[in-house]
Amino acid sequence: MTTDTTNSEDILATAAAWKAAGESVAIATVVETWGSSPRPAGSRLAVTASGRLAGSVSGGCIEGAVADAAKQAMASGTPQLLDFGVSDERAWEVGLSCGGKVKVFVEPLA
Amino acid sequence: MKAETLARLQAERAAQRPVVLLTRLTDGAEHLWPQDTVPEALAEAAHAALGSEKAGSVSVDGEPWFIHPHNPPLRIIVVGAVHIAQAMAPMAAPLGFQMIVVDPRRAFATEERLPGVSLNTDWPDEAMATLKPDARTAVVTLTHDPKLDDPALDAALKSDAFYIGALGSRRTHAKRVARLNELGHGGAAIARIHAPVGLDIEAVTAPEIALSVMAEIVAARRGATLGAPRPLPAPAEGRVSIGISA
Repeated sequence: MTTDTTNSEDILATAAAWKAAGESVAIATVVETWGSSPRPAGSRLAVTASGRLAGSVSGGCIEGAVADAAKQAMASGTPQLLDFGVSDERAWEVGLSCGGKVKVFVEPLA
Repeated sequence: MKAETLARLQAERAAQRPVVLLTRLTDGAEHLWPQDTVPEALAEAAHAALGSEKAGSVSVDGEPWFIHPHNPPLRIIVVGAVHIAQAMAPMAAPLGFQMIVVDPRRAFATEERLPGVSLNTDWPDEAMATLKPDARTAVVTLTHDPKLDDPALDAALKSDAFYIGALGSRRTHAKRVARLNELGHGGAAIARIHAPVGLDIEAVTAPEIALSVMAEIVAARRGATLGAPRPLPAPAEGRVSIGISA
């Protein structure tokens, strides 16, 4: 009996494959949520220095900012804990228009 | 995350062993549980997280840790390597399920028809004895043939399977219920069977039926209260019922 557990949602497998292919990779993980956050704790986003993205930590609201932090984490080698709150819909700031709050841990895959 | 930790985590997952990734949020220090020796409080949090299947942050000795459980995939045992099973197969893995198809009819249970799916060509009673459905298993019978479906349902009803579904019209199901009664399954047991199988989305084609079955399995897994009105603005025709098709 085969045990095929191939999972298109397996962000870690994608991150490992990118790393094996010589990319610089960082992994962002939702570690805490409050209110109506779109993705639960444990949701992951893998990012490469070359700009590839896999997975998600929100409904698309904060992925850009997380990717920027991920690039910093890759450059510095230091993990970061990011806080995102509710955005003001009329301001050009990054936030969650759903009214939730999330904490995202960003770390280089070293 | 260290590449080495990632490799160990993926190896545990590939071996279908439960594993919890513990990450200290101040500096990224990490452990795997139960593979590594960790402080008692962390081990307790890890154990609880595997049970609840929920990731979360805890404070241990004044330091924040992220507790991330990785359970082996839930299983769906499908009896009948039929067209609907073929349509369910590509949906299963992305939804977090390992799908196993049981069918002693070797013309149906082929790698060509079900690429990448675990196939078991034993008779369903033997297959179920091997596969041992548990509380992380859904069982779906699709053959329409009592010789194949009934032994699987009998075994499923004796197990803790979190979902049991059987394809067939209400008339077919009534006859099936009579046969299962003869096998000693009473009303409460019979009520565990979702039949006709799948959410009522007026499904016609095999992929549509597969979608309705997968949706019903997800609903059972997530504890959705189907049939109850939604708390907030309900859609005009928010009719959701379990397994009743016209």
